[in-house]
Amino acid sequence: MANDTIFNANDQRPELEPVGYETGSLTGVFQELVFTVDHKKLGLMYIGSALLFFVVAGLLASLMRIQLAIPGNTFLPPDVFNQSFTMHGTTMVFLVGMPMAFGFANYLVPLMIGARDMAFPRLNAFGFWVFFFSGFLLYFSYIGAPGLYAAGSAPDVGWFAYSPLTSSAFSRGHSTDYWTLSLMLGGIGSVATAINILVTVFCLRCPGMTLGKLPVFVWCMLVMAFLVILAVPCLSACQIMITLDRYLGAKFFDTQAGGDAVLWQHFFWIFGHPEVYILIMPAFAITSEIIPVFSRKPIFGYPVMVAAVISIAFISLGVWAHHMFCVGMVSLANAFFVTSTLLVAIPTGIKIFNWLATMHGGKLRFELPLIFCIAFLFQFLIAGLTGVMLAVAPFDWQLSDSYFVVAHFHYILIGGLLFTIFAGIYYWYPKALGKMPHFKLGLYHFAFFTIGFHLTFLPQHFLGFLGMPRRIYTYQAERGWDEWNLISTIGVAFQAVGIVFFVANLIYSFRRGKKAGDDPWDAWSLEWTTTSPPPEYNFATLPVVKSRRPLWDAKHPDDPDWKHE
Amino acid sequence: MNAAPAPSSADWKLPSPRKLGIISLIVAESALFTIFVVAYLFYINKSLSGPLPKDVLEFPLLSSLALFSSSATIFIAEKFLRVGKRAGFLLWWGLTIALGLYFLYCTGREWSHLIVEKDLTICTNVFGTTFYSLVGLHAFHVIVGVLLLAGIWISSLHNALLTGHVEHVESISYYWHFVDCIWIIVLTVVYVLSVQATP
Repeated sequence: MANDTIFNANDQRPELEPVGYETGSLTGVFQELVFTVDHKKLGLMYIGSALLFFVVAGLLASLMRIQLAIPGNTFLPPDVFNQSFTMHGTTMVFLVGMPMAFGFANYLVPLMIGARDMAFPRLNAFGFWVFFFSGFLLYFSYIGAPGLYAAGSAPDVGWFAYSPLTSSAFSRGHSTDYWTLSLMLGGIGSVATAINILVTVFCLRCPGMTLGKLPVFVWCMLVMAFLVILAVPCLSACQIMITLDRYLGAKFFDTQAGGDAVLWQHFFWIFGHPEVYILIMPAFAITSEIIPVFSRKPIFGYPVMVAAVISIAFISLGVWAHHMFCVGMVSLANAFFVTSTLLVAIPTGIKIFNWLATMHGGKLRFELPLIFCIAFLFQFLIAGLTGVMLAVAPFDWQLSDSYFVVAHFHYILIGGLLFTIFAGIYYWYPKALGKMPHFKLGLYHFAFFTIGFHLTFLPQHFLGFLGMPRRIYTYQAERGWDEWNLISTIGVAFQAVGIVFFVANLIYSFRRGKKAGDDPWDAWSLEWTTTSPPPEYNFATLPVVKSRRPLWDAKHPDDPDWKHE
Repeated sequence: MNAAPAPSSADWKLPSPRKLGIISLIVAESALFTIFVVAYLFYINKSLSGPLPKDVLEFPLLSSLALFSSSATIFIAEKFLRVGKRAGFLLWWGLTIALGLYFLYCTGREWSHLIVEKDLTICTNVFGTTFYSLVGLHAFHVIVGVLLLAGIWISSLHNALLTGHVEHVESISYYWHFVDCIWIIVLTVVYVLSVQATP
């Protein structure tokens, strides 16, 4: 204290006693899960809990499809139906889509850039647990939010919760508060994880891994993290406003005091549209890794692929009001948002053509990951085309809030995102668990799920054309909707069987699967240079990278990539 | 890109994680503030009843000066930190905290004046709603900033600030500068634009 320097001479910290795990026992496993800051364990925990919430939200969807199977059905009462679609949507977006992306990013980004962990490992654990408990908070509403109807009042305002449905006059009880607080909490976790991903990519790359040599996967995850940082705080702002309105009597969305309900729509979709691209980025990421490896060719047009992802992200910040053509904006605004939305088709089209060009002339190996990715290409194309249709304002005026919209975004989120998630899980399963996934079980999974998916969602396009609005809990017979609805519900059964095969495959392969080895797919990125599963420190010595395919260089010293790049 | 020789880890320079982390956090916070600023701008002159900005708001000259000069004092404190002068650091860093506290005191006085004498609360009209939420969000950030500054000050008082902590201090000062910058925007939007825009 006496001397005039603020620095102590010895910059040392006391050694911490290692926490003793009881390895093997149930409490030991539990302890390990709770205490871990390892990016690989957290990544798997993200993916595992996302799969758990996926099953729950899928069950909610099945209940709704059963209700809609025949006209005038009384399987679900209207209020339960409203809760079901709200919980289904909220869960799929915030508790399945985003955590799945974070899980893949967490597990793979450090491995792919040759780092030993994420930049902030404890922040990483914080992000996971905040997300996990935000999910619990949301589902606790079923028992903790008895409103006017006593027990069983989950949020029922829809996943975009248009004002004034959320005002205290129209949403009694506490169900909306659970929705609001859960999303606010989840938002904090998402931003924390996104900052972590962004910083990891910029600050922890191994020697030689310049930005121009990053795998496209890492680029996509980087762009996703950037979008999360920009978009999710807008959602948090929305949630703060709802809470102020509901608890302090603020007038943000109170039309009787000069507030504006349409402002909520703007604010929500300023978050909501980038969110769609946050959700689809993992699909781009995974596809861009799998297609080259199973076509035995480097990815076609690497710089263009990266530029396309970045421009999609930028354009996505200026298209939000295409969700709002029906509220009656001025023509100039309509024209602007139609144009900006159509612009998205250009970089997206570039991506599809580049994936096709990667496959063209390649030596295709039809393993599970590639099969799912090919299905993704077809389905994402359909989704993109219906997206271009909906981008045109007059067309949207006809079909907004109809089942056509439902079909469109399910083709993106299931046909696009979920299929690549399956592909990614099959592709990196050997790396994460050291066992090969069972091919035949996977093929059954693919067959049932693809058939079920198209049976469910293809007819919903036609239902939209025939005028069926979304979010209705039942309908009269003889409007021409009966058959399509029945087919759609039958499709759900096929999807469920597919999911059973998927889960069975995960469990069976873990117990009985063939040993995978370090590099079962003969791939080229850094994660395949470590053991399967990788040790806690990932790399004994940090790799040095000279090209975009470091493992190719190592396998072919006579003809390394860096001579040609 | 030609066949570059393999770079050794010595000349492989990457940005500092802590600084990039705090910059990302600032970007996220900016997005949060943007929504509240837009809400404030959107609701100018949309209140159906009084009071209105020009009736009740007084330009907070002293508190703004205090907050802006705290950006200078924290800058000077950092200079003392880099050359290892503890007394100077403690003085200027402490002054920064004092200026932050003075700003909060002024905000508190302003709010109690508005609530008690001018009858403007968060549920009076949309002006009250957007005013208290925007200014309150900023004041909340000042509170967090003051707490962080106080943490650093106390550790330095106990001689616990180590060479490895220079970056911690720098990232907190980044955050403090950000809080100042936001106040420029809030000041312009709330105390200038909306006061002049009221008929």
